[in-house]
Amino acid sequence: MGRIEDTQKLIDEVLEVYPEKTKKDRAKHVKPNDPTGQCSTCAVKANIKSRPGVMTVRGCAYAGAKGVVWGPVKDQITISHGPIGCGQYSWWSRRNYYNGQTGVDTFGTMHITTDFQEKDIVYGGDKKLDAAIKELKELFPLGKSIGVLSECPVGLIGDDIEAVSKKASNELGIPIVPVRCEGFRGVSQSLGHHIANDTIRDHILEKIEGKLDQSTPYDVNLVGDYNIGGDAWASRKILEEMGLRVIAQWTGDSTINELAIAPKAKLNLIHCYRSMNYICRHMEEKYGIPWTEFNFFGPTKIYQSIRKIASFFDDKIKANAEALIEKYKPAMDAVVEEFRPRLEGKKVMLYVGGLRPRHTVGAYEDLGMEVVASGYEFGHNDDYKRTYPEMKEGAVIMDDATLYELEEFTRRLRPDMVGSGIKEKYSYHKMGVPFRQMHSWDYSGPYHGFDGFPVFARDMDTTVNSPTWKLIRRKKR
Amino acid sequence: MRQIAIYGKGGIGKSTTTQNTVSALAEAGHKCMIVGCDPKADATRLILHKKAQNTVMDMARERGSVEDLEIEEVLLEGFMGVKCAESGGPEPGVGCAGRGVITAINFLEENGAYSEGTDFVFYDVLGDVVCGGFAMPIREGKAKEIYIVTSGEMMAMYAANNISRGILKYAQSGGVRLGGLICNSRKVDKEHELISELARRLGTQMIHFVPRDNQVQRAELRRMTVIEYSPEHQQADEYRALAKKMAENRDLVIPTPLSMDELEALLMEFGVLENEAA
Repeated sequence: MGRIEDTQKLIDEVLEVYPEKTKKDRAKHVKPNDPTGQCSTCAVKANIKSRPGVMTVRGCAYAGAKGVVWGPVKDQITISHGPIGCGQYSWWSRRNYYNGQTGVDTFGTMHITTDFQEKDIVYGGDKKLDAAIKELKELFPLGKSIGVLSECPVGLIGDDIEAVSKKASNELGIPIVPVRCEGFRGVSQSLGHHIANDTIRDHILEKIEGKLDQSTPYDVNLVGDYNIGGDAWASRKILEEMGLRVIAQWTGDSTINELAIAPKAKLNLIHCYRSMNYICRHMEEKYGIPWTEFNFFGPTKIYQSIRKIASFFDDKIKANAEALIEKYKPAMDAVVEEFRPRLEGKKVMLYVGGLRPRHTVGAYEDLGMEVVASGYEFGHNDDYKRTYPEMKEGAVIMDDATLYELEEFTRRLRPDMVGSGIKEKYSYHKMGVPFRQMHSWDYSGPYHGFDGFPVFARDMDTTVNSPTWKLIRRKKR
Repeated sequence: MRQIAIYGKGGIGKSTTTQNTVSALAEAGHKCMIVGCDPKADATRLILHKKAQNTVMDMARERGSVEDLEIEEVLLEGFMGVKCAESGGPEPGVGCAGRGVITAINFLEENGAYSEGTDFVFYDVLGDVVCGGFAMPIREGKAKEIYIVTSGEMMAMYAANNISRGILKYAQSGGVRLGGLICNSRKVDKEHELISELARRLGTQMIHFVPRDNQVQRAELRRMTVIEYSPEHQQADEYRALAKKMAENRDLVIPTPLSMDELEALLMEFGVLENEAA
């Protein structure tokens, strides 16, 4: 237990500056890792309200529902319902790639809002919403659905977006999906994922029959992949080469029809567990579709995942899986051979959303790097349970970390690079610490699959070994 | 300039009392203004002899935003030069009337509705204090004096006590004070004593007991205050008396609201609850 105790001591030192109450509270959220799960005091407390004043980087329910789950559905027209800011400042920030003619049959990069004014607050926005829906249907006849993503004021004044949506849906003959994702609901964006999952269930799965010409025994859904920088395309490629047929992507580069036909699949393959486990559980209960988690970051995890997925199918698929691994192994080995010598022994600190804090660990390890600290903005207990075995003993695990904690752990653990979000990026640049934006891959990607790993390896190399950092004076401690 | 807010249970006679009192003040030579803070927009009907059509929010909705309004369009003059404005707002069940009150008052303030030479501004506020918007008139820098219209009926007294709680909150943060209870009589038994006692318990005074008189009704049907319709009538003198007392009132207090038990005990003491039960 040596490393665990050492890390606990380090954590105590970092938290020491807090006032008593804050210290006590934060101590429950920052723990040394015990991969065995035996250490009774090492469980991280998660998914509770952030302390005021700690500069949490969490988002809101709207961010989770619109930015993560509904936003990438490309042939849905998504309205940010309320004042203009929420939509404007989250506009296309997640780089969910898609194919299609934007503004004709797809609408992913468009920002559509009802732009509430004072009068809409006072008199209610239902009429304006109704007008907006009809106008959108007229402007964009190829839109397959319209999503009404509620911002805070809509919930405050009690507008009945469900009634407006229902009426408009009947009139226009397409799903109009009211999503009650007001930002004041819940403690982070996590509740927004759940709310969005529920609305897909209620307004798509329950309401429309998707078109799928024929079924095969190899039909699967690729769930919880938002196609950031083309991730889902790289993942899909692997599954297809295995002989599986991906009938739906949830929700990167997806269509309303794909969502609707998902219940016809034989297996749900879930990448981002945090944001879409809800719908997988629902499809399991209602349609009897099993689901399994997988990880397409880095060859080690990719091989494991391919074999795990193949185990749900017949010998043909299993043979395909082995052949596929054999086919790509030389290319993956070559990547490791090229980059590992440049990255061997480098330390990484991660602070990301709900999946990558654990899912990218293997990819770093493939390159000889060690993740010495990792944390989630909005993970739940089940995420942390899945994290402990992935991390080394004594690594720091953080939940809803504060800016101070991130900076302080960086000073003490001296990682060779930090992977986190846009809000952290520039403070790390100022600290002279190599930094990678791990929410949107820093305008790069894909990182998933065999296509993604070479990009990942190159990006980590250019980040860690860029000569730029030597030009910035790093504070000595 | 003194800014005064009138609160009280819905239907208790706030608007009638306010307009009659303001008329009396205007008659006595004071420059007065009434700001109606109720989407129903009927706080100035007796002064203007019609229901105000041009409320701040309705006009703003028509034009696009309050920035598109001119103050003259919404600040109208009625009986004896009393200036009148109505916040306006949504139908029941939609939108946010409280936000309408906030927007309207801000608009009036920013556009100089409270001109120099105005002696009294009266805010006539909807029912109970239901949300932040309806407390707008008593926030920092606005009305410092509140009068609660009540009667000897139980629910009116409950409301008066509740409103006192609201005042207590703003008294601590903003400096608003309770000027007294106005008893608008419903001819309840021992009403005078009951409201005097309630006022005493709240740490204030019953500033006036307005007797019930059908003359008020007759004047209202003609869209007038009693002061205008029948200036010689004894009821007009009651409002003159109330106006004089308010103009001279210096007895402004932080109220001491009662607990529910205390309030019920008070009603028992005066036999109101017994009578209600029977």
